Amino acid sequence: MSILVDTDTRVIVQGITGKIGQFHCEQMLTYGTQVVAGVSPGRAGESVHGVPVFNTVTEALENSGAIASIVIVPPPFAADAIMEAAEAGIRLAVSITDGIPAQDMIRVKRYMLRYREDQSMRLLGPNCAGVISPGKSLLGIMPGEIYTEGSVGLVSRSGTLGYEAAAQLQTLGIGISSSVGIGGDPIVGSTFVDILKLFNDDPETQAVVMVGEIGGSQEAEAASYIREHMNKPVIAYVAGLSAPHRKAMGHAGAIISAFGESADEKVEVLREVGAVIVPGPSEIGSTVAGIIN
Amino acid sequence: MDIHEYQAKEILREFGVKIPRGGLAYSPEQAAYRAREVGGSRWVVKAQVHTGGRKKANGVILCNSENEVYDAAEYLLGRRLVTDQSGPAGKVVFRVYVEAMVTALHEFYIGFVLDRKVERIMVVASEAGGIEIQEIASRRPDSIIRTIVEPAVGMQAFQAREIAFKLNIAPRYVNEAIETILGCCKAFEQLDATMVEINPLVVTDDAGIFALDAKMTFDDNALFRRPEIAELRDKSQEDQHESRAADRGMKYVRLDGDIGCIVNGGGLAMATLDSIQLAGGNPANFLDIGGGASPERVAKSFRLVMADENIKAVLVNVFAGINRCDWIAQGIILALEREPMDVPLVVRLAGTRVDEGRKLLAKSGLPVIRANTLTESATRVVAAASASKYVHLKPANKSSASA
Repeated sequence: MSILVDTDTRVIVQGITGKIGQFHCEQMLTYGTQVVAGVSPGRAGESVHGVPVFNTVTEALENSGAIASIVIVPPPFAADAIMEAAEAGIRLAVSITDGIPAQDMIRVKRYMLRYREDQSMRLLGPNCAGVISPGKSLLGIMPGEIYTEGSVGLVSRSGTLGYEAAAQLQTLGIGISSSVGIGGDPIVGSTFVDILKLFNDDPETQAVVMVGEIGGSQEAEAASYIREHMNKPVIAYVAGLSAPHRKAMGHAGAIISAFGESADEKVEVLREVGAVIVPGPSEIGSTVAGIIN
Repeated sequence: MDIHEYQAKEILREFGVKIPRGGLAYSPEQAAYRAREVGGSRWVVKAQVHTGGRKKANGVILCNSENEVYDAAEYLLGRRLVTDQSGPAGKVVFRVYVEAMVTALHEFYIGFVLDRKVERIMVVASEAGGIEIQEIASRRPDSIIRTIVEPAVGMQAFQAREIAFKLNIAPRYVNEAIETILGCCKAFEQLDATMVEINPLVVTDDAGIFALDAKMTFDDNALFRRPEIAELRDKSQEDQHESRAADRGMKYVRLDGDIGCIVNGGGLAMATLDSIQLAGGNPANFLDIGGGASPERVAKSFRLVMADENIKAVLVNVFAGINRCDWIAQGIILALEREPMDVPLVVRLAGTRVDEGRKLLAKSGLPVIRANTLTESATRVVAAASASKYVHLKPANKSSASA
């Protein structure tokens, strides 16, 4: 098993006729993902790499039975596209776009509360790499060849640092059940806690690697989840130990930001709840090897 | 994006916030003229710089005559103001704001910020305004008033009223306070701000409530739809290299080491800096070239990094997903053809189209030190930097670069 995507996950691409949309549609098809439809307003009837294009998400779903979407749409239109997916009945959307206005994301998150839990959409991102279940399905932009099928779950805020972790694991012959990018924006669809829960419930995942970074309170929230509920080992790396403190205008940000936003503090709270801390970015793979072998 | 106090005040005035009379000046003569225009007999001359803590750094000067206004402006204009929030480089004053002096009975703090935890706008207020606000926030966090704005309907009058009463504002001024708070919040929402701060908001004896200082920061990602805000950008207040990078779609932060870094993605960039430090080196910068970087953007990133005269070696660390290693390689070749490097270059490519990228680099015959892993990248670039004969910025000769 794996989380979020599997061999039978049927997928649409929103923004399929764009340059980046076309490229990653092809990459996903090559990997074996069931890309069954695409959406590009005004381009219905065309096809991209053999995938039929529709004007709206609703039309695409009626004709394909897809339940997941990858949204590769420029920043001004991305929030709209995500809400369209939620309304049409998509259950999992991955938002790749970097640069969506923060207030658009506030609106998206508020809009998504309209749905009952059994009808709601799970959102990954924005500004994330997506999700891959190695050997099964890729719903994202990650290079598929750096992942080997296995039993370690991987969740990362940063896309490229997630690749780094995956490559280190592969070099040591360690496989991955699923790898999830949750994105680096201030407001994101899914948090560390959301993904840790899924891995905790996945019988094939034996241990979880969590790759965090400075800023925000997600790592601290993950720490309390780990202490209360996690029944599998968690290996954590936090990037930014050498990062300089940002200059900021005004005090408002500093007043609301609680203890626990620097890399040192995050490492400390994670260590306290029993997570195994990776000492440096090159030792993610070797630390995992030490735990699972 | 940050803007100046006088710009924030102009914006907030349109949203119903009461601002003392004032005017902008670029010269001492103009400042004295502004003082006469504003009227009264006491003024404050305030340095317009993108940083806080101006008062302690002598950037805000009280004046009792037009002559004093002239002298204050002369003192401030052209001066580099270093405050406890500006960083050691400080900010140069090119504009001063001359404002009518307002006598405060009481000073309050009110701030609006995007709170990533609740994913909403958070209003923060305190009865203790003025410069000690951060100290109070850490010493007595319970004394800070916090209110969350529901995005579907915006801030409601009762929320502003609650804040006003908790601040113990005199009943006759409560309505004015409500108007001020709601106005700020409306400006925040309608203009895609990420921070609005009035510190202090003052109550006077007989003239009501005024915003004595105002700061606004805007969401860079939303500037495409706020051209009137984008126009307020003042490049003289930005780090030259950082704004050049931003104009080219990259994120650059200068640090004080000697190893230049060109990386894709913020997380990997931070991890690369961590690796270099663990290997005993010192990074000269943080540079994120972003996703889908064209060869041209990569070439420009070299120019940015090499503009730093401290550079002794450069590391390119790209793990491509939405990027393509062949484009990165083409960019490196383009950069080195335009301007041969006079310091060692270590390149680590991985991910999408890595074989094509590596082949292009090998075929180019350029003097590139290859690395395959993050560890190798860090140790090799640190070794290269310490062995590097420091000859940067000397015009390099082409034949040695292609050897």
